Amino acid sequence: MPFIPHTDDDTREMLEAIGAPDLDALFDEIPKDLLVESLDGVPEAMSEMAITRLMRERAAQDGAPLCFLGAGAYEHHVPTAVWDIATRGEFYSAYTPYQAEASQGTLQTIYEYQTMITELTGLDVSNASLYDGASALGEASLMAVRCNRRVKNGRIVLAPGVNPTYEKVASAIAGTQNITFERLDMDMATGNAMSTLPDGEGPVAVAIQQPSFPGTLEDVDRLTDWAHAQGAFVIAIVNPTSLALLKAPGHWGAEGADIAIGEGQPLGVPLSSGGPYFGFMTCKQKHVRQMPGRIIGRTTDLDGEPGFALTLQAREQHIRRSKATSNICTNQGLMVTAATIYMALVGYHGLRSIATRSHQNTTRLIDGLTAIDGVERLFDGPYFHEVALRLDRPVAPVLAALAARNILGGYDLSASNPDLGNALLVCATETKTDVDIDAYIAALGEIMASTERKSA
Amino acid sequence: MSELPGELLYTKDHEWLRREDDGTVSIGVTDHAQAALGDLVYVELPEVGQDVTEGGDMAVVESVKAASDVYSPIDGIVAAVNDVLADDPETINTEPYDAGWIVKITPSGDIDESALLTPDAYQALLDEE
Repeated sequence: MPFIPHTDDDTREMLEAIGAPDLDALFDEIPKDLLVESLDGVPEAMSEMAITRLMRERAAQDGAPLCFLGAGAYEHHVPTAVWDIATRGEFYSAYTPYQAEASQGTLQTIYEYQTMITELTGLDVSNASLYDGASALGEASLMAVRCNRRVKNGRIVLAPGVNPTYEKVASAIAGTQNITFERLDMDMATGNAMSTLPDGEGPVAVAIQQPSFPGTLEDVDRLTDWAHAQGAFVIAIVNPTSLALLKAPGHWGAEGADIAIGEGQPLGVPLSSGGPYFGFMTCKQKHVRQMPGRIIGRTTDLDGEPGFALTLQAREQHIRRSKATSNICTNQGLMVTAATIYMALVGYHGLRSIATRSHQNTTRLIDGLTAIDGVERLFDGPYFHEVALRLDRPVAPVLAALAARNILGGYDLSASNPDLGNALLVCATETKTDVDIDAYIAALGEIMASTERKSA
Repeated sequence: MSELPGELLYTKDHEWLRREDDGTVSIGVTDHAQAALGDLVYVELPEVGQDVTEGGDMAVVESVKAASDVYSPIDGIVAAVNDVLADDPETINTEPYDAGWIVKITPSGDIDESALLTPDAYQALLDEE
């Protein structure tokens, strides 16, 4: 559906019909002292030619390094067809058109997206997406509090492997509503939760990330059953690519996770600084009334033909007003369109081979890197496509030396998780060839041999 | 013309109250309210044992076109909720004053009947609308 803005004539006709002199008159209920004439720090408008030049210059500063950096956003091959289709006029809009009689194609795309995401996560219902993985944890926390009304303490317990950025964002979103976040202790040998878990008054929800932020695989069945035994909800935070190989959240423990969320970027959205990415969310059927965001349903029209429409709208702000499940509505429609096309193109077997190849590449990388003197694995145990390493010296100078060789060597965990010491998180997806991986191993070997060992 | 049983008390929010023999007060929405809402698809019920206060929201009735809060007309504690509504919310449409009751409340004190409406007063309210 094309987006056609109003012409000046359209605007004039509409203003005449309602008897308003001009557009500003529509906002005259806003007190004058709250109106801002101009915004500080916002530069003058630029011409298209000037802004294209500026953006090219800035993009060139990124270069095209060999990327072994993950930590929440991952470089995957995006088939050309994905964005070729997603940027067609029928899909390409800053706004997601939900008007059922004019938007059947868009609604069907979202419906198919929901179907695919529920299959990946093993849960019953999906919404039409959220802003990103981090804000999805905030929304899931609020949803858990609404659903699990028996528990009044507002405590959300995070497994040790939850992404620290997700915790910050979720606290910013949910923290103003008497919801607090705390973390289980980490077993420093495994990177996962301790073998003995605390008991006492259960929290309202436990959030478990799989694979964990430092790349380990948590015993999700044990944590899920422990959480449920305490009367807590389980929020699963998952990487969608990994679900081609790992157990779906809907099957964790005896009863399965109640809500699953995650960052959708690995599904066809290219890496870019800060997004746009998208978050996904699925849940058990019985919690659907408390789910935030839009949901597309399949129905039949008056002639008995299948069609698609927004459903369960009574949860939403245009009906529930201040009591809506969230203020989420439009979300990241274009990213979701790309993800739907991506999943449809690669299919079940394709996603499985992408995940398998990523794991194999990471194994080759880790075997090579840990053969270098001064490099060892931080944690034992299985992993997916990301592994934490311990260096015998501070990480930042090593990453700088790798960058000078045009290699993005990974994520410096000592910044976000200082307890872990000189820890470097590395990732190799299916995009890396054996030559790429061997180049990184050789570069790090030279750097570790040539620079003097320094303790942290 | 909507049905209006004479033995009940009413509120201006289109709820009804019935004093039960066990000391609790049953509360539901009126025939007029269910007709205005349309086919109900979901009822969000409070927890048994939950405190409710006069004027505070305690349940939500949702139809295909709207969602509406149900307010407690009295102070008290939720003694029972109508679990039938979880699977058959349309019971409120078919039997608003009987099988369609929503909650039973144990009042925390005497009920101020002057704050409530008699059938005649409620009928007068409907006539105004």
